[in-house]
Amino acid sequence: MLEARGVSKRYGARHAVREVSLTARAGELVAIIGPNGAGKTTLLSILAGETRPDGGTVSRPPTEIGWVPQQPALYGRLTVAENLRLFARLERCADVSAAVERMLVQTGLGDRAADRVETLSGGNRQRVNVAIGLLSEPAVLLLDEPSTALDPGQRERLWEFLRALVEGGTAIVYSTHNVQEAERHAHRVVVLADGEVVYVGSPRELEDTVGATGLGFEAAFVEFLRRRGH
Amino acid sequence: MRWLLLKDLQILRRSPLLVALLVIYPIVVSVLIGLALSRGPEKPRVAIVNEVPAGGEVISLGGEQVDTKQYSDQLYAAVDPVRVSSRAEAEELVRDGEVLGALIVPADITTKLQSGLEPATIEVLYNAEDPVKAQLVQDTIKSQVQDANAALTRKFTDVALGYLNLVVSGGDFSFLGRSFEVLGLGPAEQVLRQAQAKVRPNSPEARQIQQVISFARLARENLDLSDEVLSSVGQPIRVDARVVEGSGSAALSSFAVALAVTVSLMFVTLLLAAGTLALEREENAFRRLVRGLVSRTTLLAEKVGLAAACSSVVAVVMLCGLALFVELEWARFPLWVVAAVAAALGFAAMGAAIGALAREVRAASLLAFMVSLPIAFLALVPSGAVSGALYDVTQAISALFPFDPALAAVGAALDGSGGLLGPLVHLLVLTLAFGVAARLGLRRFG
Ligand SMILES: Nc1ncnc2c1ncn2[C@@H]1O[C@H](COP(=O)(O)OP(=O)(O)O)[C@@H](O)[C@H]1O
Ligand SMILES: [Mg+2]
Repeated sequence: MLEARGVSKRYGARHAVREVSLTARAGELVAIIGPNGAGKTTLLSILAGETRPDGGTVSRPPTEIGWVPQQPALYGRLTVAENLRLFARLERCADVSAAVERMLVQTGLGDRAADRVETLSGGNRQRVNVAIGLLSEPAVLLLDEPSTALDPGQRERLWEFLRALVEGGTAIVYSTHNVQEAERHAHRVVVLADGEVVYVGSPRELEDTVGATGLGFEAAFVEFLRRRGH
Repeated sequence: MRWLLLKDLQILRRSPLLVALLVIYPIVVSVLIGLALSRGPEKPRVAIVNEVPAGGEVISLGGEQVDTKQYSDQLYAAVDPVRVSSRAEAEELVRDGEVLGALIVPADITTKLQSGLEPATIEVLYNAEDPVKAQLVQDTIKSQVQDANAALTRKFTDVALGYLNLVVSGGDFSFLGRSFEVLGLGPAEQVLRQAQAKVRPNSPEARQIQQVISFARLARENLDLSDEVLSSVGQPIRVDARVVEGSGSAALSSFAVALAVTVSLMFVTLLLAAGTLALEREENAFRRLVRGLVSRTTLLAEKVGLAAACSSVVAVVMLCGLALFVELEWARFPLWVVAAVAAALGFAAMGAAIGALAREVRAASLLAFMVSLPIAFLALVPSGAVSGALYDVTQAISALFPFDPALAAVGAALDGSGGLLGPLVHLLVLTLAFGVAARLGLRRFG
C-alpha cells in the first residue's frame, strides 16, 4: 500500500528524521509514536509529499495519498461546503458535488455545510480538515496528531470513523504523542525518537520487549525510551 | 487556477474591511493630494537679473513720467527674490535647483516700452523637473506681469487717446516746451464749409473742397471708434518662458492625478498581492495546495494576476472619476489602461515577494506599508533638495522598485510627457525580477 525506504531530513546540522523505513498495508492502522520533537510531523509530511526528503523514497505520489495536517488547512472565510468543493475541484474529483455530499454525510457536517469555517469549533474544524483529506477517496490516509484538538467525545467519534475506513481497506498512518491512544487504536506502532525508528511492532510486543509487564503501556514506553538513552 | 481565483474573489468579497480600504484609500489619497496641491505654498524662490541701468526705470509716455519700478517691486514682493548679476548665474541656480525659476529683465525693456512699437520681453527660466513648483513660478510671474500689463496698457491708451482727441477735435499741444494750436478734423470741416460757400457751386474747386470735407468726416467718425480698438490692444510686456532642465511638459493637474493614481495603485496592489499570498500560509492551505494540487509558480501567478487585475480596475475607475474634475484627454484612455496594468503588474510582483516572506496577513500588510512609503518618498525627492551624489543614489534605489517607473508610465499615459515605452519596459523587467524573487522566497520559506 505505502512503503517508505531510508527517508532522511536534516534541518541544518540537526537530523529531524534519519534513515526511516516504514510500510502500511491495506486495512492497517499504524501509529507513529514518540515524544515532542521526535520527528513525527517531519516524517508524515515527507510521506505526504509536502516536505522534500534529503534522501530516501516513498512508493506513492502525493496525489494518491490523503493528508490531514495537524493544523487545519482551511479557508476561514469560506463555508464548509465551499471549502470541500474547492478542494474537490483542485483534486480533480470526477463528480465534485457527489464527493462533497459524501464527505458532508460521512463526517456528519451536513447541518453546518453553509456555515463559515471561522465560526466552527476546533472539533468541527478538524472534521472538515479530515474530510478534505478524504475527498479523493485515497487508498492511504495520513493524519498528524488528529485527536489533539478534540474533546473525549469528539475523539471517540473520530476513531469510530477512522476504524470504519480501515475496515473498508484504507491504510491509515497517524502520529500521536499519546501512548494510550496508540495502544488502543493501532495494529502496529512505530516508535520514533530523535528522528530514528527505535521500535516497530504491536503494542503488546512493545510491552513484552520492555519486559515490564504489569507496569501498563505508558510506563513500559517511558522505561523503554530511557533504556535506549532517549 | 480558475478555482483559486474564484476562491480569492469570494474571500475578498467577504472581507468588508479590506474592500472598504481598497475603495476608501484611493479616494482619500486623491483628496489629500488635491488639497496639498491647491493650498497655496510659500513664496517661490526666484532668481532675478535686472539688466536695466539704474535710473533707467522711468519712462516718459506722452509727456507723463511713468516709473516702471512700481511694477517690478510688486513682482519681487510676490516671490522670494534672489538677486544675481548675470543671466549665466541665474541659469546655473535654476539648473542646480537652488531656485525654482529665474526672471530676466533685459536692458532694452524701457526703450521698447517707451516706443510702444514692439512688445518688451521679459524672460522666465524654470526648472520643470517638478511640475508642481514650476507651475507655481509660472503662475506667480504671469499674474504679476498681467497686472503690470493692464496698468501700462491703460497708460498707453490714455496717451494715444489724447493724441487722437487732438486730431479729431483740435486743441493745444506742447512739444519741446513750445505750445502749438492744432486744428482738429471737426474744426477743419467747419473751416472747409465756410470756404466752400465762397466758391462757385459745381466748380472744380467746390468739388475738390467737397472731397476733403467728406474725408474729414469719414476720418473723424472712424477715429472716434478707435478708442475701443485701442483699449483692447494687448500686452506691452511679453513673457518668454523657457525650461532649463527636465522633461517638464506635464501640467500640474495631470501630474497630481498621476501621483494620486500611482500612490493608490501601489498600496492597493501591494496589499492585495502580499495579503492574499500570506493568507494561504496563515490558513495553512499553502502546503496542502502545493502538494500536487497546484504548483508554486501557478499559485504565484494567480496572486499576481488577481492583485494586478483588481487594482488596475481601481486605478482606471479612479482616473475616470478624476477626469470629471480635472481635464484629462479621453482619447488617451487605452494608454491609461496599458499604464495601469503594467504598473499594477510591477507592484503585484513586488507584493507577492513581500507576501512570500510573511506567514501572516497582518505581517504582510505591515511589511507592504513599511516598504512602500520610503520608496515613494525616495522617488519624489527633487533634484535640488539633496546633493548631487546623494540624488544619484536615490535615483538608483528608486529604479529598483516599481514606483518611479509606474509614476512615469501613468504620467506619460495621461499627457504624453516623456515616452511611455521606457517605463513600460522598466516595469516589465521589475515584474519578472520580483516574480523570480517571490518564487525563490516561496521555495525558501514555503
Ligand atoms: N522547518 C523546520 N526548520 C527547522 N527545524 C525544524 C523544522 N521542522 C521541524 N524541525 C525540527 O525537527 C525536529 C522534529 O520536529 P517535528 O517533526 O515537528 O517533531 P514532532 O512532530 O515529533 O514533534 C525538531 O527538533 C524540530 O525542531
Ligand atoms: Mg508534530
